[in-house]
Amino acid sequence: MTWLTWRQFRAQTAVTAAALAVLAIVLLITGLQLSHTFDTTVIGCRARGDCTGVINALQRQDTALQDLTRLLMYVVPAVIGLFWGAPLLARELETGTYRLAWTQGVTRSRWFAVKLVLIGLATVATAGLLSLMVTWWWSPLERVATDRITPGEFSQSGIVIIGYAAFAFALGVTAGLLVRRTLPAMAITLAIFVGVQLAMPFLIRPHLITPVRTVSALKVANVKSVSIVGGGGGGTLSVGAAPNIPGSSGAWIYSEQVTTASGSTDLGPAPAQCGPNSGYNACQAAIARMHLRVVATYQPASRYWALQWYETAIYLAAALVLAGLCWWWVRRRVT
Amino acid sequence: MTAVLETRGLGKRYRRRWALSDCTLDVPSGRVVGLVGPNGAGKTTLLHMATGLLRPTTGTIHVLGAPPPATPAQLDQVGFVAQDTPTYAGLNVADHLRLGAHLNRNWDARLASDRIERLGLDRAQRAGKLSGGQRAQLALTLAIAKRPELLILDEPVASLDPLARREFLQSLMEAVADQELSVVLSSHLVADLERVCDYLIVLVASKVQVAGDVDRLLATHHLLTGARRHPVTLPEGQQVISASHTDKQTTLIMRTDGPIHDPAWTVSAVGLEDLVLAYMSRNAPGPRPALEVQR
Amino acid sequence: MIEFHLDARSGVAPYLQLIHQVRQALRLGVLAEGDQMPTVKDVVGRLAINPNTVLKAYRELEYEGLVAARPGIGTFVTGTLGDGSPAALRPLRQELRRWLTKARRTGLDDESIEALFVDTFRSAKPDEPEEDIA
Repeated sequence: MTWLTWRQFRAQTAVTAAALAVLAIVLLITGLQLSHTFDTTVIGCRARGDCTGVINALQRQDTALQDLTRLLMYVVPAVIGLFWGAPLLARELETGTYRLAWTQGVTRSRWFAVKLVLIGLATVATAGLLSLMVTWWWSPLERVATDRITPGEFSQSGIVIIGYAAFAFALGVTAGLLVRRTLPAMAITLAIFVGVQLAMPFLIRPHLITPVRTVSALKVANVKSVSIVGGGGGGTLSVGAAPNIPGSSGAWIYSEQVTTASGSTDLGPAPAQCGPNSGYNACQAAIARMHLRVVATYQPASRYWALQWYETAIYLAAALVLAGLCWWWVRRRVT
Repeated sequence: MTAVLETRGLGKRYRRRWALSDCTLDVPSGRVVGLVGPNGAGKTTLLHMATGLLRPTTGTIHVLGAPPPATPAQLDQVGFVAQDTPTYAGLNVADHLRLGAHLNRNWDARLASDRIERLGLDRAQRAGKLSGGQRAQLALTLAIAKRPELLILDEPVASLDPLARREFLQSLMEAVADQELSVVLSSHLVADLERVCDYLIVLVASKVQVAGDVDRLLATHHLLTGARRHPVTLPEGQQVISASHTDKQTTLIMRTDGPIHDPAWTVSAVGLEDLVLAYMSRNAPGPRPALEVQR
Repeated sequence: MIEFHLDARSGVAPYLQLIHQVRQALRLGVLAEGDQMPTVKDVVGRLAINPNTVLKAYRELEYEGLVAARPGIGTFVTGTLGDGSPAALRPLRQELRRWLTKARRTGLDDESIEALFVDTFRSAKPDEPEEDIA
């Protein structure tokens, strides 16, 4: 059964291995260059005082590869789900070869279990290797822009891609089992996977760890914008401020609100100094006298790995549940 | 002799339609069994239940003593060639043999190899590029080389040209002679089955119409011709299978275990094909214009 | 070795056809005592018929004492039928050829010759006084 799985999967293995090899070579060469640039220019930039310049230069190096690796991290799990997962059962059911496969000397459940496990392992290995290469390549860039916990960056690094890939694979297998036709199964897998990926950062990830909530006094220096909502003679004041978060930046900010000293988000009427004819400094001074506060809810950057593990675990658990469901179904029903 | 296939009240329903109903069979071993009936009669359904690819809705089925799909041991004992002889188009002939070797405990590599040689199949040829007859022979090789006790074939020659058909049946009979197999073979053409079967099951409109040794069936069914008699009544123990009438004459195909005493009838033998057709026309779905032979 | 053929439309049961062909072969000297019969596998491999049919025919022939099965070796011819040696048949065959030549010379086509022969053969009784064939 191992031989058969390998033989039927031979082409995919070859293509994947070749692609990974090519990628590895390209990333190795360019990654070493990136590291070198970092080591020679960024380290010690503070002493020289040219940090902004060298950081910009570093971030402009190999932008094509930056885009490519980000794209791969998004796309590879979906591709695995579509091309390794969906056809696994759907192809056999669609072409009728299950009538040959399931009348040999191995039971259906064994046939399915071996395929599922072996290709599942290949999925995990591929995702793991990709993640390793990409994370290593990005490390110099990560050190200059440490916002990897934010939603835009979170899924591009670390180990979550392994969870994504395993889940997409299991999803593909399930879709193939239920729909019994390869192309519709691929379409459904894609649709559901994209839906889950879009929903995750908004619906689930924010609740994995209770975020930190800070209340701090509004410093005039942190005021980003002042506006008056509602026209006419007096409108309500609206102030936008950058939160003052202890430690490094790069935290994932859920929300930040400016409130009055008593905690109300209604800041009341705008002070006279902030009318259309007044100067900015007078307005600022008036706002400072209002003793406003900033309430921020966020995940600090230090929680990056904790979130990574939790999220990966959730996706892996979902993958296992789907796989178990499929195995049970193949054993008991199917046709 | 143990029954190689035994069913009791077996039935299979898809949503609202019964593909097979009330099927009770006792097929003895050591026979070449023909399962004949029109398309959609339930032949594939029955065979898929025998190989464990389908689960029954009602009733029981036992193959070689156990309900399928049982253990790998039973899977080893039953060889199956499905309709249109499915093979993996991307795998070549040698790969298919390796598939058989890896997945079957009693695989006879020498037998498989010899057959492929004798059939003149190119081992490096992909199965998708083989002709229909060659694919059928490959599928048959896979089923035979695992040394089963029972071989089940679902319309194996339906889409083959006459030469390929003859070669397939020659091949199959050789294997039967060689290995003492029991065979269950389905077809919607009686002509395919006449030469090779010694036990017949007629399946029409999802029900078993008649089943038994071919010799016995031919001995108990008769063609009766006589003066027009409509409606036809026969003494007890005799059963009309089909009747046709012209203005002067009545022709019957009937079945009886005993002798026929009514001198008004001319009694003659029925060929197997006519016998099956009689059962098929008995259950023709919906009104059909009566084709009366004007004499 | 004898080669069998089957007429699917003759209405005669296959096993009877096989028996008939063996008897025919014995009479014509195609099969002689000690000759080996083809194996069941060979016969069904050529004719695509049920092996039980061949077994039935061979059993019947064995019962009639015409063949005998030697386990592990094969089935062999043990009996003869009538005076079927080729030597005895030769003069008859020659006469028949002469008659055929004559019949053709009178202008009869093959079908007519066959019809004439079959009709005469069927109507002739075994104990009819012999006529001189002119």
